[in-house]
Amino acid sequence: MSLVSAVIDGALLGGYYAMIACGLSFMFGVMRIINLAHGSLAIVAAFALWTIADRMGYDPFLALIVVLPVMGALGWLLQRAVLERSLRAGELVPILSTFGLAIVVENLLFEYFGADTRSLAPYVGSLSYDSFNIGGGTYVGELAILTFVVAILLLGGLQLFLTYTPLGCYIRATAEDPDTVELVGVNSRFVNAVAAAIALATIALAGLFLGLRTSFDPYAGSMQLIFAFEAAVIGGSGTLWGTLAGGIVLGIAQTFGAQLHPQGFLLAGHGIFLLVLVGRLYLPGHYLRFLHK
Amino acid sequence: MSLLSVNALDVRHGLLQAVREVDLKVDQGETVALIGANGAGKTTLLRAIAGAHRASRGQIHLDGSDITNVPAHQRVAMGIALVPEGRRLFAAMTVEENLLIARASGRQGEWTVDRVMETFPMLKPRRKARCGTLSGGEQQATAIGRALMTNPRVLLLDEVSLGLSPLAVDLVYRSVETLIASGATILLVEQDLNRALKVANRVMCMLEGRIVIQGTAGTLTRERITEAYFGHHKRPVGKTQ
Repeated sequence: MSLVSAVIDGALLGGYYAMIACGLSFMFGVMRIINLAHGSLAIVAAFALWTIADRMGYDPFLALIVVLPVMGALGWLLQRAVLERSLRAGELVPILSTFGLAIVVENLLFEYFGADTRSLAPYVGSLSYDSFNIGGGTYVGELAILTFVVAILLLGGLQLFLTYTPLGCYIRATAEDPDTVELVGVNSRFVNAVAAAIALATIALAGLFLGLRTSFDPYAGSMQLIFAFEAAVIGGSGTLWGTLAGGIVLGIAQTFGAQLHPQGFLLAGHGIFLLVLVGRLYLPGHYLRFLHK
Repeated sequence: MSLLSVNALDVRHGLLQAVREVDLKVDQGETVALIGANGAGKTTLLRAIAGAHRASRGQIHLDGSDITNVPAHQRVAMGIALVPEGRRLFAAMTVEENLLIARASGRQGEWTVDRVMETFPMLKPRRKARCGTLSGGEQQATAIGRALMTNPRVLLLDEVSLGLSPLAVDLVYRSVETLIASGATILLVEQDLNRALKVANRVMCMLEGRIVIQGTAGTLTRERITEAYFGHHKRPVGKTQ
């Protein structure tokens, strides 16, 4: 594999990371909650899509019409039943409660679906291994490009929503000062529930692309959480375009790592994450902050 | 009937009782000033009326309906607006966005972004500026404008002159006087006794969570208020312990 193709593949992989990090970053930005069940919930979405595709024979993309709103509703419920209550007890409590939730979710999935590894790839024809030549003997996967385009649409759409709609405006205001928005007539509980619903809807989308590009089992969530977390932190928490940049940096680092050594994929990813983290501590100002406001 | 009435209100911050058995009435079109030293409970009282603090005892009524257990955002929808101490603007958002957020209250009325700009002309050139970049006076004008955008029946102003230059205070108070002239109902907290006596119909002085003296601006002398402010008065209105 040439250098060019490694960069392209890495950047496109970054699109997937941005997609899975988007909900995590959004939830942290708005509600100051680090959702450790994020990865497991993506697996829930993937299993839901797989069930519809396998048992009822629908295309996973079509199944998203059902799974997306269901995950959104789950987000609403999660906010009201778990996150809101635990946040009231202190900023660190949601970390504990979502960690617990992740364990519950993983084991429920295991109980129901067993240990078999599944994938959504068999239900979409040849999409997951089709590729086309972009010249010079370099091929890129169609699914990778689709993932990247969807990630940009998702992040761009969210950005437009936050900037130009009244509800988006309430979400930004609630993120900045949850007490004061109440005093200007905004129902902050409602706004937070909407934000949680949006975050989980993005997780449903990430679950689809996770299932298409690779395989998953009930315990695959923690690795996805780590990737999402790394992309969000590299990009600077709470900014959507930063998340995309973070995803791309992570993706390129991993692809290069894999070139050097078979074990290099994960190591290089963790390495760049730590490098950025330590770099932030020692570098002045806004270096390594990618589009941070 | 009074537009806003507070009966035997207690408010606690944990073990600290900040407001003790406060009775208060504000009539339609009236301007009432609350005076008192730091820590007397003025801000807590205002925030309790706005719904930001829960009452541990007593009731709050707006136009006859009990709002004691109504959440803050619904009180805004019913017509209570607070300009909080320290302004509390959304610093990363523009002046216009800060004003438009108040539309969440769903109250229809005469206040629009353009009308706020007319009332506070200093905001006109700053309409698209982020609030974090505004001067103190501009921020205060935006904060009052944001409260007005909810078309309130009662406006609660908490130390609008805090941290402003004398010139900016004059500007803000000129706007407040315009509001009063237009028939607004206002309950304001003010440290500057002269300003309070100038704009208010009635003045109340708080000490250690209680209202210790009150009367119309004409009948209360500066000396009596000053004594009450420092707790030197002999016959308190509230119960002694």
